[in-house]
Amino acid sequence: MIDRQPIDTYARQISDEKQTSVITGSTASTDKRFNALFTDYADPDSLRKLAAKIKDHTLHHLDTYLEQAEASLQRNGVTVHFADSGDDARETVLNILRGHEVTQLTKSKSMASEEIHLNPYLIENGIEVLESDLGEFIIQLDGDEPSHIVRPIIHKNRREIARTFQREGIAEDYNDDPGTITRRARVHLREKYMLAQAVITGGNFISAESGRLVLVTNEGNTRFGMAPSKVHIALVGIEKLVPTDRDLGVFLNLLGRSATGQQLTVYTEFISGPKDDSQPSGPEHMHVVFMNHGRTDVLDSNCREILRCIRCSACQNVCPVYRQASGHAYRSPYGGPIGAVLSPLLFGDRFPELADLPKASSLCGACNEVCPVDIPIPDLLLRLRDKAKRAHIPQPGDLPMTPFATLATSPSLWRTAMTMSKAMNHLPIQVAPVRPLQDWLGQRTLPDWHGGDFRKWLKARKEK
Amino acid sequence: MVSTPRPVGRKVLFMATCLCDAFYDDAARASVELLEHLGVEVVFPDDQTCCGQPAFNSGDWPSSRKVAKHAAKVFAGDLPVIVPSGSCAAMHFHGHRLQFEECPDAEVESLAHRTWEIIDFIVNGLGIKTWDGEFENPTRLAFHRSCHTRGTDTGEAVTTLLSSIRRAEVVPFGQTDQCCGFGGTFSVTFPHISGRMGSLKLDHIMESRPDLLVSADMSCLMHLTGLARVQGRPIPHLHVVQVLRDTLMTARK
Ligand code: SF4
Repeated sequence: MIDRQPIDTYARQISDEKQTSVITGSTASTDKRFNALFTDYADPDSLRKLAAKIKDHTLHHLDTYLEQAEASLQRNGVTVHFADSGDDARETVLNILRGHEVTQLTKSKSMASEEIHLNPYLIENGIEVLESDLGEFIIQLDGDEPSHIVRPIIHKNRREIARTFQREGIAEDYNDDPGTITRRARVHLREKYMLAQAVITGGNFISAESGRLVLVTNEGNTRFGMAPSKVHIALVGIEKLVPTDRDLGVFLNLLGRSATGQQLTVYTEFISGPKDDSQPSGPEHMHVVFMNHGRTDVLDSNCREILRCIRCSACQNVCPVYRQASGHAYRSPYGGPIGAVLSPLLFGDRFPELADLPKASSLCGACNEVCPVDIPIPDLLLRLRDKAKRAHIPQPGDLPMTPFATLATSPSLWRTAMTMSKAMNHLPIQVAPVRPLQDWLGQRTLPDWHGGDFRKWLKARKEK
Repeated sequence: MVSTPRPVGRKVLFMATCLCDAFYDDAARASVELLEHLGVEVVFPDDQTCCGQPAFNSGDWPSSRKVAKHAAKVFAGDLPVIVPSGSCAAMHFHGHRLQFEECPDAEVESLAHRTWEIIDFIVNGLGIKTWDGEFENPTRLAFHRSCHTRGTDTGEAVTTLLSSIRRAEVVPFGQTDQCCGFGGTFSVTFPHISGRMGSLKLDHIMESRPDLLVSADMSCLMHLTGLARVQGRPIPHLHVVQVLRDTLMTARK
């Protein structure tokens, strides 16, 4: 049966309110990104290409750099763990927490933890988890899912948030002034921060050379969360390495500008181990959990370039399909072009179910154009479509292409079809029992058929 | 991407594209007339069909590879292959390379190497940097930069030529780089999103109050104007080659 794709169906039913939030938010981010990059750099494109090269080099020698990073981290007094699967990663984190008798913690935004659904797992195991990023905190209150990798609540507006705060008793009354909302969240969160025994973070980069863990936030929640906690656990995808501290200059300059149009995020933490005697506060124990969770499989595939990703969300913001559908349409923590490529790969066992994601693109290439590490996203989407086809995963709306190939490789048949199809102009195709065709023609008209006319003209000229 | 320069010459193979074969015969005609005006001999291999994009984009690479091989045979040799579509040209020089990456094919690679989008060829191949055409009346042109010309020299080439036409004004509009929503089979399986994308694009274009919508791809124009008609805001539209030919005729009158 020929039908619409799931993401199109999803986009059709989202509310106007949500749609407006997503479009306004992502368009603004795209514009800011452009201004920030092109004001500060004469040739941002060459910077992107350099970043891509550094990442490719790192990925190519990932085993070496992982070993080096492990040694550097240990030298800094950090305990290093390796977790192969999502289950391993969750268990590792839980064991560390149990080892330190932690029952209450704060967590800053981490896509790696979203991948493995860390929160519900820890909560099930009796640990109190508080998301300290404002957006993630609101998601937690609403029992919602983040819909954007940098701005998890891009799909919500301030009125919804004000209602949530009132409902949850964080505010006594309804007030949707953004300043007031933020102040109220601050009062509520600060109190909780102080009670936390541990803090879980992700990791934006780790320098293999020095073992420095780099974390960027705009709210300072990571830094604050660190202060009272005795234990810091960083859950980091193995692809987050860069060879040297020097490389961080390239990536930090690109990340802030690409993500939010900032020259630098408001807080940039360089953490080189647990607290030492010269520091008044901070975690006494630091653990880095390197998580594989499908990444080595991706490295072995023909889509390995996606591992260059630094999770900036520029591709998501610029993507016209994402803007219409929202991140939730992608049924995984990653939405937009990055999600359309990464999710079917990372969640390998869900490939059949997620194989439609790579179809959610007109292949316009805007994602590649903005990507700070120059990932050829459209090529990867196409390779995944080929993969799905070879695995015989049926896709809604897939038209059989064998007849087309036959026609397009049989010149005489093709020429005949061109002239015969003049009948098209008189056929009532609007009533054909094919839903997408009806949808198509409901919104658009087709031009008149002029099949073969150009060839006739050429021939007539020659004969003259 | 291209290591040795693409061939340039006064004799070329012309690929009309299936869309011009089926709907837009005048765009193909204009292409031939333009090239001939510039002293280029145009050969039209009669056995040509399509670049194979529908199958390629839908993931059926065995089918699209067959079509690509057919095209490689039809356009064999060492002459430049000129295409009045950024999208079909990109299929030749990018798409084919991608779908043959695991089974390289010398003929297909040769086709990829020799293919030019027509305006890119005129400006950067033949070195034509201004256009001696004119409009009878001041004319505002909205140039839709089609997505498959991203990263190529076509966009700049088109703007260069169009802006040099007398009484032509190339008007800027918002979110120039956003897609028109067509994407071939994409518009069929994502009818809602595709339609919304097209409408947004039209909003931006219409805001610039153009007299004429111009593109180097008839597919985008087909989509945009098809939507515009149904929405009751039809807009005159032409392929760049038609504009170049027509304004040349006006200038010669
Ligand atoms: S794929 Fe590129 S643009 Fe998209 S989130 Fe990753 S780094 Fe950013």
